[in-house]
Amino acid sequence: MRKGFFHDNDFKGWLYLLPAILFLGAFLVYPLIDVWIYSFEEGYNSAAQTYFGVGPYNYSYVLHDPYFLQAVKNTFILVVITVPLSTGIALMISLGLHSIGPLKGLFQTVFFLPYVTNTLAIGLVFMILFKKTAYSEGMINLLINWFGGNSVDFIEGPYWAKMFVLCVYTIWVVMPFKILILTSALASVNEEYYNAARVDGTSSFRIFIRITLPMISPMIFYLVITGFIGAFKAYSDVVALFGTNLNAAGMNTMVGYIYDMLYGDSGGYPSYASSSAILLFVIVLTVTCINLLISKRKIHV
Amino acid sequence: MKVVLENLTKIFPGRGRKARGEVTAVGDFSYEFPDGKLIGLLGPSGCGKSTTLHLISGLQKPTGGRIFFGDEDVTELPPEKRGIGLVFQNYALYPHLTVEQNILFPLQNFKGKDKLSRTRMLEMAEEAAKLVQIEELMDRRPGELSGGQQQRVAIARALVKMPRVLLLDEPLSNLDARLRLQTREEIRRIQRETGITTIFVTHDQEEAMSISDQIVVMKEGIVQQTGRPQEVYDDPVNLFVAKFLGTPPINVFVGHVQGSRLYIGADAVLGVTGVPDGEVYVGVRPEGFVPCGDGPFACDLRGIEVMGRDTSLVLSNEVSLNPVIRAIVGGETPVNEDMQTVRFELKSGKVFLFDQETEKRMYFEGSRL
Amino acid sequence: MEKKKGYDKIERDMKVRRRGKQTVIYVLLSLWAAIVLFPFYWMLLTSVKSYSAYNSEYIPRFYTLSPTLENYADAFTAVPLGNYLLNTLIFAVITTVIMLVVIILAAFAFARLDFKGKNIVFVVFLSLMMIPNELVMITNFVTITNLDLRNTFAGLILPSVTSVFYIYLLKENFEQIPDSLYYAAKVDGTSDLKYLWKVMLPISKPTLVTVTILKVIECWNSYVWPRLITDDEAYYLVSNGIQEIRENGFGRENIPAMMAAVTVISLPLILLFLLFRRKIMEGVVRGGTKG
Repeated sequence: MRKGFFHDNDFKGWLYLLPAILFLGAFLVYPLIDVWIYSFEEGYNSAAQTYFGVGPYNYSYVLHDPYFLQAVKNTFILVVITVPLSTGIALMISLGLHSIGPLKGLFQTVFFLPYVTNTLAIGLVFMILFKKTAYSEGMINLLINWFGGNSVDFIEGPYWAKMFVLCVYTIWVVMPFKILILTSALASVNEEYYNAARVDGTSSFRIFIRITLPMISPMIFYLVITGFIGAFKAYSDVVALFGTNLNAAGMNTMVGYIYDMLYGDSGGYPSYASSSAILLFVIVLTVTCINLLISKRKIHV
Repeated sequence: MKVVLENLTKIFPGRGRKARGEVTAVGDFSYEFPDGKLIGLLGPSGCGKSTTLHLISGLQKPTGGRIFFGDEDVTELPPEKRGIGLVFQNYALYPHLTVEQNILFPLQNFKGKDKLSRTRMLEMAEEAAKLVQIEELMDRRPGELSGGQQQRVAIARALVKMPRVLLLDEPLSNLDARLRLQTREEIRRIQRETGITTIFVTHDQEEAMSISDQIVVMKEGIVQQTGRPQEVYDDPVNLFVAKFLGTPPINVFVGHVQGSRLYIGADAVLGVTGVPDGEVYVGVRPEGFVPCGDGPFACDLRGIEVMGRDTSLVLSNEVSLNPVIRAIVGGETPVNEDMQTVRFELKSGKVFLFDQETEKRMYFEGSRL
Repeated sequence: MEKKKGYDKIERDMKVRRRGKQTVIYVLLSLWAAIVLFPFYWMLLTSVKSYSAYNSEYIPRFYTLSPTLENYADAFTAVPLGNYLLNTLIFAVITTVIMLVVIILAAFAFARLDFKGKNIVFVVFLSLMMIPNELVMITNFVTITNLDLRNTFAGLILPSVTSVFYIYLLKENFEQIPDSLYYAAKVDGTSDLKYLWKVMLPISKPTLVTVTILKVIECWNSYVWPRLITDDEAYYLVSNGIQEIRENGFGRENIPAMMAAVTVISLPLILLFLLFRRKIMEGVVRGGTKG
């Protein structure tokens, strides 16, 4: 029998884990601790790496910064509009997909396309479609004109117009994931339940409400939760539409605020970035917990 | 190569706070598996037979005791140094490799001076495949084979490196009834042809009885009885072994001995000498019943099943411990379905008495009444 | 007879109603398909319109009669698009390869080896899955800056390697391989590493392919980290390149050339998707999320 503190296998196990532990430790665990420290170091100077004191000033600064408040407002509007809308539309599309025979595969492939595209690249296309310049009305304004409306500059125009484009693009981007998850959830419902219900003469609406919806409700809640988390972290799609100077455009998001504080024209304040990141984390955590509480009460499994 | 176990013991520690008790999977097992024989390790699930096999293979380390292959102590050797072939219950074929690659796999692990040339390896694989008659399946993958074919591939893979001992874990349990019969003959043949000491584990007593040279009956980690199958069947040492061997199983009754007479219920069925008076369990093999108009033992007839050569009577009796009693009688039996009760004489060689407390066999001199 | 007619009529009505319903569904699905495809169409269309033609269209046209490829030439010459593509390729390949090595070893340890503290580490790993990237990026930015690794591939790659979720996914997959295969290999004297290489990896190939593709997609689309860590154009990835093109390239208004660049950047992933459609979609169902 072997002796010593480490059994042969213990050593081997840790050896195999070592690379993962090194990477995770350096770039996930250490930063996680460090971000809290940063967030409480007042007046941190990134060049000299010095700070004056320890306290909640960074939080207070961030919470009084109009740019941050604007970013919070933008983010919440985006979340409240896009999460329910995209989930609802995705559910309808998935039900449609589930009920058809021919062309189903083709539709599924097409609907999934946005998932594999570069958010920045297609965002640029959306910008072109919605933008109104001196030389061109833009595609979407052309459509609006056709229906007798007045053209609007969606990219540099009024706030609600910009928010509209942002919501449209966000929904366009998150749709493939939701459709895919819901279609596979629908496909995994045992056909026998439907047959049993049909034999009993249940109407298709009742089948949907009493059988389909309860059966896929875990997946819907999963989508809502991931949807909330994703929307709270919106950033690159906003950059794609409105450029990197989001504060000037009045379209910044919370994540955008964090990065701007860290780096860029207004950057160099890792302490402010840290405290705003922690605020974001707290908000996301709270919303997720509320979601989980509701889902625990409502979900049927 | 004979395999000798000396006081082999394996104790699993209790897991966690809730299940603190240790589990003795194998307790103080001493036995010599004779060279060149086919030996069946037999017992209900959880009796420690698979653990014993794993200890012999070296996949598990014993808590105590020693294992010898011939005169060599292999207790501390890792599995690959022991020179064993092991066939798993689910065959454990590598699904992504062809049959040929599966058989070659063990040979490719040889290193240094043992390293084989490519042609030599192919030759050996070919030989092993021929032995189990799967030469024409070499390019297939396990997923494309039937259960019986997979079994043969697994045996070929175990045999290819010419092991000193071949171990088979429940070799027939994943096969359907017809294949099982065929495959057990096949295992017998391969064992005869190679002459390799072969130990196999099974919970199916019929399987063990039919092909083994020797059987080892285990229960809860303890060896109950060893010997040639027929010997063990004819002369079980305790109630467990008597009940475990035989299809249909032995019929057990509550009886008592009084004044050298054995009573089952109120019927005095046999004269017995050498047993003290008192309560006993009476075991009667199905073939121990002889229908006889004025026999001493009466049972209620529930039904008759004719199975070709033999006839099986389904009976009941108040003091039977089995829900039904089964008696196998010859084809020309006077019993017919209209009869309410059937009277029997019992063959004394097919009747066993067991102590009610220890369940140990009580030997007696039997006589007709 | 009367009754029979009644049934026929009911049946016919049912058929008509079902066909009507199906038509509506197909129309709605086609509408969504159009919404999905239109930006792609517009991108392609604009990229083959000549600069002058595009600018003369005050009301944009839905087609062009004189397609041209000169925008593509511009995209590669006026901005270092080829360079962006190459950078992204290098970044994606190296990150994915390192990640594969790391997750394979870790998943093997969790699934196959028994060692002290395994369960605790695994729980810690699982809880790390919940940490949002945004929270750790700040320190990582400072770390990489302090290590003087800004504008290097090392700085881009190192923090992008870790993927706890993929360790989890692969571990689950490894655990489905029956133990008896491992024991069979042990009896034959196969070392752990050889068993991993010769048996586990080939059997887990579908999962490995899925993980690889998902990681490549993630790398190809990553924007935030590269933006933080590179300000030298020589190290830009495609996403940063696009942003650069948008803000400074082509004199800002050469939209056809921009669209050509966007097309070039989008194409590799779309091709990858069309090739591995089923694998990718299965992988996403099994637990991918966007980004």
